[in-house]
Amino acid sequence: MSRKTRDNLRAYLFVSPWLISLLVFTAYPMLASFYFSMTRYTIVRPPVWIGLENFQVMFTKDDLFWVAVWNTLYYTVVSVPLQMLVALFLATLLNLSTRGIGFYRTAFYLPALVPAVVTTLLWMLILDPRAGLANAALEAVGLPKLGWMHSVAWSKPSLIIIALWTGVGQPMLIFLAGLKNVPQSLLEAAIIDGANAWQRYWRVIIPLLTPTIFFNLLITLIASFQVFTTAFVATASASGASPAGPLNSMLVYMVHLYRQGFRYSAMGYASAMAVVLFLVLVVLTLILVRSSREWVHYEGASPR
Amino acid sequence: MTGVYQGESANAMKVQKLLVQGGIHGLLFFISLLFLIPLWWLFITSIKPLDQILTLPPIWWPQPPQWENYVAALTSPAFPFWRLMGNTLFYCVTSTIGTVVSSAVVAYAFARMRFTGRDLLFGITLATLLLPGVVTLIPTYVLFQRMGLVGTYAPLIIPYFFGSAFNIFLLRQFMLTIPVELSDAAYVDGAGDFLILWRIMVPLVKPALIVVAIFNFIYAWNDFLGPLLYLDDSSRYPLSIGLYAFRTRFALQWNLITAAALAITIPLIAAFFVLQRYFIEGVTLTGLKG
Repeated sequence: MSRKTRDNLRAYLFVSPWLISLLVFTAYPMLASFYFSMTRYTIVRPPVWIGLENFQVMFTKDDLFWVAVWNTLYYTVVSVPLQMLVALFLATLLNLSTRGIGFYRTAFYLPALVPAVVTTLLWMLILDPRAGLANAALEAVGLPKLGWMHSVAWSKPSLIIIALWTGVGQPMLIFLAGLKNVPQSLLEAAIIDGANAWQRYWRVIIPLLTPTIFFNLLITLIASFQVFTTAFVATASASGASPAGPLNSMLVYMVHLYRQGFRYSAMGYASAMAVVLFLVLVVLTLILVRSSREWVHYEGASPR
Repeated sequence: MTGVYQGESANAMKVQKLLVQGGIHGLLFFISLLFLIPLWWLFITSIKPLDQILTLPPIWWPQPPQWENYVAALTSPAFPFWRLMGNTLFYCVTSTIGTVVSSAVVAYAFARMRFTGRDLLFGITLATLLLPGVVTLIPTYVLFQRMGLVGTYAPLIIPYFFGSAFNIFLLRQFMLTIPVELSDAAYVDGAGDFLILWRIMVPLVKPALIVVAIFNFIYAWNDFLGPLLYLDDSSRYPLSIGLYAFRTRFALQWNLITAAALAITIPLIAAFFVLQRYFIEGVTLTGLKG
């Protein structure tokens, strides 16, 4: 046995757990999802090949599919940019402040630690339409009370508020670290060139932060499309078959998928839904990566 | 252009600076209230009598505080706290051990060993970081179902023993910063890779291992979808599902629900304050999403 073969064998012994994981818990399930998506499958009986019927039903017959798509898009399109902006804003404020950083940082990050079930229940209490804290605050400043999760118009904003409360802490910490990494020499050079604070922020600091923004955006976006626990807990009821929120206004994609697959045992249909979401996310990721060449500034690369 | 600054008196600059700082702190303080009040509300509701909970105007401190809510919630047969806690701890501890050990071994190979296909395999590892979990969800369930493991913790724990892309990536980055000379010296002395990993690498990358352990522990503690899918027998529920089930049965007993909710949150908050350094470092290093 040559030395190279021996080295290879030893190394593959080390990576073997991960190889197994990639095969058994990634590659196989991915391929199987595509296969199941073209079958009728209830788990108790073997899958029956039905071609593209699941997709046909999904796109043309299942009204709730489009409701779920709309709800998820609404949720994502509003909550992801908001999370990014608020996180960046808070990180900027923290970076400017001279003291108390530890306290504020903790305050903004703590909600990220709270289990999603707890968070959802807590906000259901705060957003209670009759006498919740949120409506008490609205009333105190002379605004009308809102129906929150009990109204079609405000149920998705309710979920978005929850996403903001829990989802800002983590990117805020990452942005803050990015801001602290901006080389002082660049800022001093900008001052000498006559840039005011505003220009320094937008022309020096933000471009340097774009790789961090890009990374956070991608991760948050992928997670947001797969939001589950908040919507599931907020819409759970003892009866089970009820709509997810008023007029299914909180039926997000994953909740619909879960109901199809695990409540109605339509594993084939749920797999088809998984495949669609997967393809959408792959395309979105590719678009984002492609677009990043235009707006993400990598160190060492010449600016466009 | 610096003349602009020189023209201003030092005093005016100082006043301006103070005003700006005051404004920033005012804003930060106001926003931090928005983040903290819900947590305060969670606590305060948990010690309220039932008729002081959903009131207008809201009650910020109950008269009298009803600490017995905790006894009622944590001894309720509908929320068997210690059994739920035991199940959760079992899940957290085993999955954390699994992922720390396996990820460290794999990361070592990526960081220190030369082998055919290493860069390709590492590229695939990075790609799976962005893989949406939804696309593996159902076949993985089917797989464990066929193995007769649905209803047990095995489907939740077993995958952790085969490494996770994120932890492998993080640990590899750390190991790359350790000077090669340290392990080379041990090589010359005839130490094998396992010995080098155990004796040299592990002590040197301990902070990273702790970060991985903490975040995995919290992830498992908070996990909801996994136990929801795989566990059907209530005697096996972890805290997250236990609270959910408790709430379904006592929908309007907000004081008991919040007491139970806070009881499963406080360990995390306590852990945060004790291990704060690792938390901040961990999140910043990685930007990981729980």
